[in-house]
Amino acid sequence: MRIGVFVCHCGSNIKATIDAEYIAAQVQQDAKVVHAAEYPYLCAEGGQQKIINAVREYQLTGVVICACSPRMHENTFRKTAAKAGLNPYQIEIANIREQCSWVHKNKDAATGKALKLAKAAIARVKLALPLFAGESAVTKRALVIGGGIAGIQTALDIAEAGFAVDLVESTPSIGGKMAQLDKTFPTLDCAACILTPKMVDAAAHEKITLHTYSEVEEVEGFVGNFTATIRKKARSVDMKKCTGCGACWEKCPSKRIPSEFDCGLANRTAIYTPFAQAVPNVPVIDRATCIKFKNGRCGLCADVCQPAAIDFTQEDAVFTQEYGVIIAATGYQVFSLDAYGEYAYHDSKNVITSLELERLMNAAGPTGGKLQRPSDGKAPKKITFIQCVGSRDITRGKPYCSKICCMYTAKHAIAIKEKYPEAEIEIFYIDVRTPGKGFDEFYRRAVEVYGVRYIKGQVGKIAEMNGILHMQAVDLLENKRFDTTADMVVLAAAIEPSPGAKPLAQMLATPMDTLRFFSEAHPKLRPVESATAGIFLSGVCHGPKDIPETVAQASAAACKAIGVLAKDKLITNPCVAKVNDKKCTGCGRCIDVCPYKAISLESNAAEANPALCQGCGGCASLCPSNAMDLNGFTHKQVLAEVDALCR
Amino acid sequence: MSVKIVAFCCNWCSYAGADLAGTSRLNYPAQVKIIRVPCSCRVDVQFILRAFVRGADGVIVCGCHLGDCHYSTGNYHAEGRLTQLFSLLDFMGFERERVHLEWISAAEGAKFAATMDAFVTQVSALGKNERYRNMYTKAGAQNE
Repeated sequence: MRIGVFVCHCGSNIKATIDAEYIAAQVQQDAKVVHAAEYPYLCAEGGQQKIINAVREYQLTGVVICACSPRMHENTFRKTAAKAGLNPYQIEIANIREQCSWVHKNKDAATGKALKLAKAAIARVKLALPLFAGESAVTKRALVIGGGIAGIQTALDIAEAGFAVDLVESTPSIGGKMAQLDKTFPTLDCAACILTPKMVDAAAHEKITLHTYSEVEEVEGFVGNFTATIRKKARSVDMKKCTGCGACWEKCPSKRIPSEFDCGLANRTAIYTPFAQAVPNVPVIDRATCIKFKNGRCGLCADVCQPAAIDFTQEDAVFTQEYGVIIAATGYQVFSLDAYGEYAYHDSKNVITSLELERLMNAAGPTGGKLQRPSDGKAPKKITFIQCVGSRDITRGKPYCSKICCMYTAKHAIAIKEKYPEAEIEIFYIDVRTPGKGFDEFYRRAVEVYGVRYIKGQVGKIAEMNGILHMQAVDLLENKRFDTTADMVVLAAAIEPSPGAKPLAQMLATPMDTLRFFSEAHPKLRPVESATAGIFLSGVCHGPKDIPETVAQASAAACKAIGVLAKDKLITNPCVAKVNDKKCTGCGRCIDVCPYKAISLESNAAEANPALCQGCGGCASLCPSNAMDLNGFTHKQVLAEVDALCR
Repeated sequence: MSVKIVAFCCNWCSYAGADLAGTSRLNYPAQVKIIRVPCSCRVDVQFILRAFVRGADGVIVCGCHLGDCHYSTGNYHAEGRLTQLFSLLDFMGFERERVHLEWISAAEGAKFAATMDAFVTQVSALGKNERYRNMYTKAGAQNE
């Protein structure tokens, strides 16, 4: 082993507190150190050239750089080493700037510590093995999970870049929550008008394959090489034959099934398409409610279906497909209001959630867009909105702000006032949050132009008497308690991640936060990547977002995914776990500790997949027989470092 | 009397926190020497015991806050392992105050410096670790 040590002055950043000359002289006492030098700026062109020349001149097989944090320039110096013909993993950095010159004022103490750190790095580099980054191929196909606006946008962007995309949606149609909405803030354009063309584009795109009424059951593999198992649930309708004429559901005798799409405010049939503009426009038979499936008698739909598309014997189809990247776009659901008994949501039909109001306001909804009370169909004269039901409530609800409620409530207020100028509207709020383009202007219009009454305060209790909702409320600005009434109350219920998000996160081995939103790789700099390479996040599955933000993030996720798909080969990190077959007893404890499912048991010995392993080293320090080790941070290397520092 | 402290810092949070302490020019005692590990779960109990045998007076393990681990669950494993180690130290009659586990994020440069100050004070109060260093000179040296 022939080691070269280079001490950087970093201008005066290091040199002012550390005697670089002394260090360069002292390290040469080590027999393996054949060259030591100092330089004002090693990271600069000249400094790097100095290292390259020395490697060649002294035939160095290991290099120690005493400079700034490896988090800053480790890659720079690895590249320098590679240029000089040295293995990039046979350089070590002693962090004598952040850990010495900048934190210790006493020159002797700082120099003494810097020398120790240099010796520790020398000890490490003596044991450093040459490591070689591997390569892995990339399957040029993306899997997008979730067919709401987020998933649709991501799929379209990836497809437009020329890569094949499979878009998997669990319900019978793509469109998601946005398809249920009436108008969108702050422009009041109708949600369907802007969404349905995108749905049609996605379905028609030659690079996009839709899998509706389908679920992802299993995911294996790693970036560039995922394999997913997808179950296409039996639709009981042949998608190739069906023309979408609708004769089947018109004839279906099971007509009293609460419609999921209409939030239970209207009924659907057993064979149904969730809404008129569904994509694909092919109905499904809900086997739990279909008379034919319950007792064998009926089959009316099959009788009226001219293309003979109805197939009662159809079975779930399970298939596997390989993908290079996976994008989670699982969206949200409305938080359950069970814990909020005081708002009488379950007791009074006239207390509804905002999403239910969307359906009542929608021209394609159960009332044809006429605002009617669910209890008696009368037009409400006074409507009260309550904000933050479940949001920003640590004890019973969610600690976070659901972010969309302030704006959609202002939108509802304006939309109602537009249709029914005489209607009286009261909104109870904690704070009105309008940080978005055109948002505050929109909210102010609700107050100033439409005369919507905003009350900073809370409603304590709601009780319905003779069709009128009586409320006890508090006005915080007036500091008074008062009673008020309304014909209808709309609760801005919190949003929470879809129930499918948690099992999906486990399948993808990607972390979630404690609130079951997917965690991003870095909160500022990598907001659309998950911590697992090759898994990207689109839309509300990552945190509450409105539509413009969702679309922006969806496109960002697509862009990151395209970045992977566009590569032919991926470079893998060589600092990964490695197993000594001779020592491994096959106990399998390492398998349980690995968050990436990188370890498997092959013929009674563990095997670590270098493409999956992210190099945390949890397995290596857990292994009872010392069979597992971590490249770049081997037992021997760390122990040598410990020894050198304690000497 | 100057005690020797070895600090194992995970690359993603605590090591970056130490870097931030440096960038912010926050002083802490020079006898603290940092070893970079990818994750707090890389810290094998062997590493800690070896430090004591070789004359360290205190060992501190620093990782990301629970829930923030770059590898999602590594710090939980580190915590579990150290809990076991504490029981072992109690059994050995070794002062458990010489070992400490702390979660320090990349944004907590000040916390890093303050934690190192406090730990050095804590270990200084216990004095030098004579027992296990002696163990090295008697038994350990023969194994070299």
